[in-house]
Amino acid sequence: METLKSMFRSNIRQYGMVIALITIMMFFQIVTNGVLLQPLNITNVILQNSYILVLAVGMLLVIITGNVDLSVGSVAAFVGSVSAVLMVTHKMPFIPAVIISLLIGGLIGAWQGFWIAYVKIPAFIVTLAGMLIFRGLTMVTLKGMSLSPFPVAFQKISSGFIPNFLGGSGFHTTTVLVGILFSVVYVLFELRNRNTQIKYNFDVIPMPFLIAKMVAVTAAINAFMYFLAAYKGVPNVLILLFILIVIYTFVTSKTVAGRHIYALGGNEKAAKLSGVKTQKVMFWVYVNMGVLAALSGLVFAARLNAATPKAGVNFELDAIAACYIGGASASGGIGTVMGAIIGGLVMGVMNNGMSIVGLGIDWQYAIKGLVLLLAVAFDVYTKSKNA
Amino acid sequence: MSAFILEMQNITKTFPGVKALDNVNLQVKEGEIHALVGENGAGKSTLMKVLSGVYPHGTYTGNILFQGSVCSFKDIKQSESLGIVIIHQELALIPYLSIAENIFLGNEQAKNGIINWNDTITHTRELLKKVGLVESPNTLITNIGVGKQQLVEIAKALSKKVKLLILDEPTAALNENDSENLLKLLLELKKEGISSILISHKLNEVSKVADTITILRDGKTIETLDMEKDQITEDRIIKGMVGRDLVHRFPKREPKIGDLIFEVRDWTVYHPQHENRKVIDNVNLNIRRGEIVGIAGLMGAGRTELAMSIFGKSYGTRISGRLYKDGKEVQFGSINKAIDGGLAYVTEDRKNYGLILIDDVKRNTTIANLDKITQRFVVNENQEILDAEDYRKKLNIKASSILQKTVNLSGGNQQKVVLSKWIYSEPDILILDEPTRGIDVGAKYEIYTIIHQLAAEGKGILLISSELPEILGMCDRIYVMSEGKITGELSGQEASQEKIMKYVINQQQEVQ
Repeated sequence: METLKSMFRSNIRQYGMVIALITIMMFFQIVTNGVLLQPLNITNVILQNSYILVLAVGMLLVIITGNVDLSVGSVAAFVGSVSAVLMVTHKMPFIPAVIISLLIGGLIGAWQGFWIAYVKIPAFIVTLAGMLIFRGLTMVTLKGMSLSPFPVAFQKISSGFIPNFLGGSGFHTTTVLVGILFSVVYVLFELRNRNTQIKYNFDVIPMPFLIAKMVAVTAAINAFMYFLAAYKGVPNVLILLFILIVIYTFVTSKTVAGRHIYALGGNEKAAKLSGVKTQKVMFWVYVNMGVLAALSGLVFAARLNAATPKAGVNFELDAIAACYIGGASASGGIGTVMGAIIGGLVMGVMNNGMSIVGLGIDWQYAIKGLVLLLAVAFDVYTKSKNA
Repeated sequence: MSAFILEMQNITKTFPGVKALDNVNLQVKEGEIHALVGENGAGKSTLMKVLSGVYPHGTYTGNILFQGSVCSFKDIKQSESLGIVIIHQELALIPYLSIAENIFLGNEQAKNGIINWNDTITHTRELLKKVGLVESPNTLITNIGVGKQQLVEIAKALSKKVKLLILDEPTAALNENDSENLLKLLLELKKEGISSILISHKLNEVSKVADTITILRDGKTIETLDMEKDQITEDRIIKGMVGRDLVHRFPKREPKIGDLIFEVRDWTVYHPQHENRKVIDNVNLNIRRGEIVGIAGLMGAGRTELAMSIFGKSYGTRISGRLYKDGKEVQFGSINKAIDGGLAYVTEDRKNYGLILIDDVKRNTTIANLDKITQRFVVNENQEILDAEDYRKKLNIKASSILQKTVNLSGGNQQKVVLSKWIYSEPDILILDEPTRGIDVGAKYEIYTIIHQLAAEGKGILLISSELPEILGMCDRIYVMSEGKITGELSGQEASQEKIMKYVINQQQEVQ
């Protein structure tokens, strides 16, 4: 019982977020008369928020270092416009075009990382400049107009679904199968984890609790997959997001690179004196952000099936808000990928729910602002109580 | 004998789970310097916070009598209005405001919200003269040293018509000269009838200026000693503080000194901003296996700069000179190379340069040597827990668990975490920069024991310290540094405070 309590206490912020997300979903499920959790709408929520979630993953790393990146919306728009020039104007096939676009994102990240990490210009200023520079370049590239249409293969990134090998009309059986496979992998993973912990003679969660946890998670996975299967199946972009989440959760929590990012954000001077190459870490965090901003720009362009000069406006604010709602600390050193994703989903579900209810965009802004403020206030409050 | 200016009677203050103060009594006589000593966590700061109103009346039990009348302060403003002023260890001055602005901050010489600058400057001049500080009132705080800043704090206290001045570790960050000046100033103020309470770990200072000493231990008043009557020695005070006879403040050790392990030759370093200023001037020194080598000197002598420039060039520009390890020349161009080469540097500033305070004990322990528990980029977190737990036990770190955040540990335990980080990096040579600063006697003893163990394992230790007794008690050989140069070398046996000070001062006279 003690271990359970301490486990809960050390993860209260994470659990709190999940509970908040579920509460918000329940609330909108009721006020929208069940529209929110309809298969079509669930798919929509994923598609609508995919590009913000991609940004949030990169932004989380930036925020852990104690900085922000205000330029990501403009960078996404710029890369989207370049990809349109490549694919629409020059008819380049979509795979080389995507690779070139991501490389451009990386170069932009390197450009900003250079000023921030090596010249020591505050990130706020560098990325504020970047926000203007790349917005301007977007307009130059597009000559102020929209470019479309993209090749169909490219559009599939955002609007496609995984193929249904197994057939079955009206119901996407492959999706259900993916869910089951996924559950099995998850259970095996939990058990393996427990076994290593036993091998190291650590206290482990008592088996009944573990089973309860596994049942709950498996049920959630399969219910979710069932909902998706009832519409068109798993969207391609969800696979992309899943891969990103797995990779970045792994990098931040299990690798030396991840440790170094947290150490840099926690205390740059101490990290440096402990042998962390702080400038190099900072530089690569921004390169990474550039690549993910490019990816986000591509996803958005594919979803819109057009590159427009106004693409990506305010994306940076949504991504930053997602990280803070998800428990990242503005002074750096604290935050998780899962938290940022959940934070992004909280915003996404609220957007979606409020739109279904018919609330105007005016009130949506005001309410989202309040939620951001309250989430962070809750954070500060619990921290001051623990200290 | 004069009457009491302050009487604190049966003060009890509890925090959730802890009794921080337990029936504490403190009586300060009119016009005396009253020292308050005790180990870290004995309750000195809590007692002063009760007195000054940081913990308002009602959150504690007991009575405070100031000049004979009962006081119930709700906040600091009220206690200050009666003339009780506390100067904290961390100075509360604003760096980019001038001396005058700082002195009258919150107490501006103003009419209807408009500041009268002529009055401000005139009054500041008077106050600076009183505390013996020769600086223009318009000088910015950031441009004067810590010693002078301390004087500004006292001037600020005087501006509030102080009757009882409380100084919390005023000399912790000062060099010998500045400390001396400060203590003299306290004696001056005493002549003018200002009483003071001096909280200090430096017992030599306490016995120099204090009239009365009150010793706290574990939140209780242990005793009050009259310096004149009782002929108090430092050992007597320590006995009261730790509750046992500490015959030896330094653990015993049989040095086993081996071959040369590390050598620095012709080491010269220039200031990172003022590129023509030599900070380290042609330093030569060496360390043998199992040897504890001390570097004595005043603050600002360049000891930290020397250590950091050796440690992967983390300080200074235009660094020249050679480093030899085990007789072979080595290049430590970056901190990583220095760590890989078997060098460790334990910083003097553990909060800013030593620890990641928001991280737990475990992560702080392993950060400098994650490679040890990493296979193919992946940190083995289970092994990490075992290793961190191992070090926690070995170094006797008092934390609720290795998952406790280091920000919540006491100074001594924080220092032990920094030490365990560097021991975990498996170095051959450790540079320890003021390893016991701001740490109580008991924890100091434990850290000395750890240092002895490291030396016994055949590591070379370079110990930088401003406390001469520590240098004398710990080191096999001592270098004296002054103005960026090594001005003397003494063996442990022949060294004495006088000899060391002679090397320090000779050099300074030469310069003048």
